[in-house]
Amino acid sequence: MIEARALQRFQDGFADALLAINARTDDLPPEIARLVAQPGFAVYRNTVMKGCIDSLQANYPSVARLVGDEWLRAAAAVFVRTNLPRLPMLLDYGAGFEDFLAAFPPAAELPYLSGVARLDRFWTEAHTARDEAPIDAAIVAHLRPAELARTVLRPHASARWAWFDAQPIVTIWRRNHAPCEDDATEIEWRDEGVLVVRREGAVENADLDAAGCAFLDACASGRTLSDAAMAALAVNARSDLARLMARLLDAGAFGRLDILDDEPKEQTR
Amino acid sequence: MTMESSAGLSLKPQHFEAARDCSADELWFEVHPENYMVEGGPRLAWLDAIRARHPVSLHGVAMSLAADDAPDAAHLHRLAGLVDRFEPALVSEHLAWSTWRGAYRPDLLPFPRTNEALVRIADNIDRAQDRLGRRIAIENPSHYLEIEGHDYDEIEFLTAFARRTGCALLLDVNNVFVSARNVGGAAERYLDAFPGALVAEIHLAGHSVDPTLGDRLLIDSHDAPVDAAVWALYERLIARIGPRPTLIERDDNLPAFETLLAERRRAEAVLRAPARQAAALA
Repeated sequence: MIEARALQRFQDGFADALLAINARTDDLPPEIARLVAQPGFAVYRNTVMKGCIDSLQANYPSVARLVGDEWLRAAAAVFVRTNLPRLPMLLDYGAGFEDFLAAFPPAAELPYLSGVARLDRFWTEAHTARDEAPIDAAIVAHLRPAELARTVLRPHASARWAWFDAQPIVTIWRRNHAPCEDDATEIEWRDEGVLVVRREGAVENADLDAAGCAFLDACASGRTLSDAAMAALAVNARSDLARLMARLLDAGAFGRLDILDDEPKEQTR
Repeated sequence: MTMESSAGLSLKPQHFEAARDCSADELWFEVHPENYMVEGGPRLAWLDAIRARHPVSLHGVAMSLAADDAPDAAHLHRLAGLVDRFEPALVSEHLAWSTWRGAYRPDLLPFPRTNEALVRIADNIDRAQDRLGRRIAIENPSHYLEIEGHDYDEIEFLTAFARRTGCALLLDVNNVFVSARNVGGAAERYLDAFPGALVAEIHLAGHSVDPTLGDRLLIDSHDAPVDAAVWALYERLIARIGPRPTLIERDDNLPAFETLLAERRRAEAVLRAPARQAAALA
């Protein structure tokens, strides 16, 4: 019989050996080294790496299309060694992959890759977010002016948005996530923003300007409609707020509307 | 559940519509619950649609029962949510570990069958069954390594924790075949000694040969039709223990849905003729 806590020691040694492909066997505990020396050990190594890499390839389809499967799988193999999944839901694996790509030397000439990875991640998060009915535009239309200053619109559980300075990340992502044939028009190098949200089971996306992103940021942090409007105007003083609200409501960007009981602080100051 | 003499199929997203609309008698589907551990969205809606017409079995790959640690409470909570929502006919797990010190490895990792492991695994199964409020079935693993320090042979070990916890066993016939080839032993002897009364479900799957070692190392890859030798072992098993719900397990290199249905019909022919099989063996 092996002494107590031997299972823990076995698991520590086995787990280390799984990822340490270049480790010399004399650096491993002897009972683990004798396992690594058997041909069957490679089955576990291959299965673990393949499972992780396949998941990243599936979860980052636009990145894979941009760089090719071979490049993506090589980059994923590097990521996996220091970022094993924390949870067994591999559908959700990849948080941190965009930051990894931003700092990955071989990706230095592809500065848009990290942003594209972020939008692939948005798609996954929107796809699996909890179900929530979007709020009806009519409810907002019927708010009394006095209520507007106390109204907080909560972004829909599936809503994700981002603004990208000086990079057409959204256009690049769209062309690679759901490629259309013959979309050979030249990409204009400009700022772009996007709203990604799930409606009736399908993940959709729409252009969003910098003011719109600021507006949603304010809503997400629980600020009132009037504060969110100020945040949008601070980014673009000429922003058409009525049109922005209509577009966001139409896209299903909000999941809940709260009217605060307390007088807003602005009026009591 | 009247699944005793019926065969089921692994359910993959590529086959959702064909699966939902299939009217084959007593057809049931098995899924990995980890693929449905999402907060909402179309995945759960798809499985709702399947469940509205067919029984469902949840076959977990990630409870990590053989880790020297209690199963992750959040994982059990998510699984319990799926059990409540889909009311599965069967719930099963693997005799393996995967989550360890906060990281998940997508594989079914081995361990020495020691007294220490037996106590830990029995405790972990108790925790899982308590949390889920039902009996679960534990699957015999595929082996690729000769591990030192076993205190029990595999059937003694499976029987011991089943007695302690009241859990059932899931007998994967392909795993028995693959393991016998890889680490020695006779598949027939293993199956003949397996405690039939504890078997709640049977798995049949295809395997592949190692790309470099060939048929000296078989991989439990679930990417091919069930092998002729595995069908023969299955017939021998059913003749001895009688019919049990049987899954045609296919996870990769998916064929047309109709091809899987044909394999399922072959399993049902075995399940519904145990007497004939017994006579053939005698």
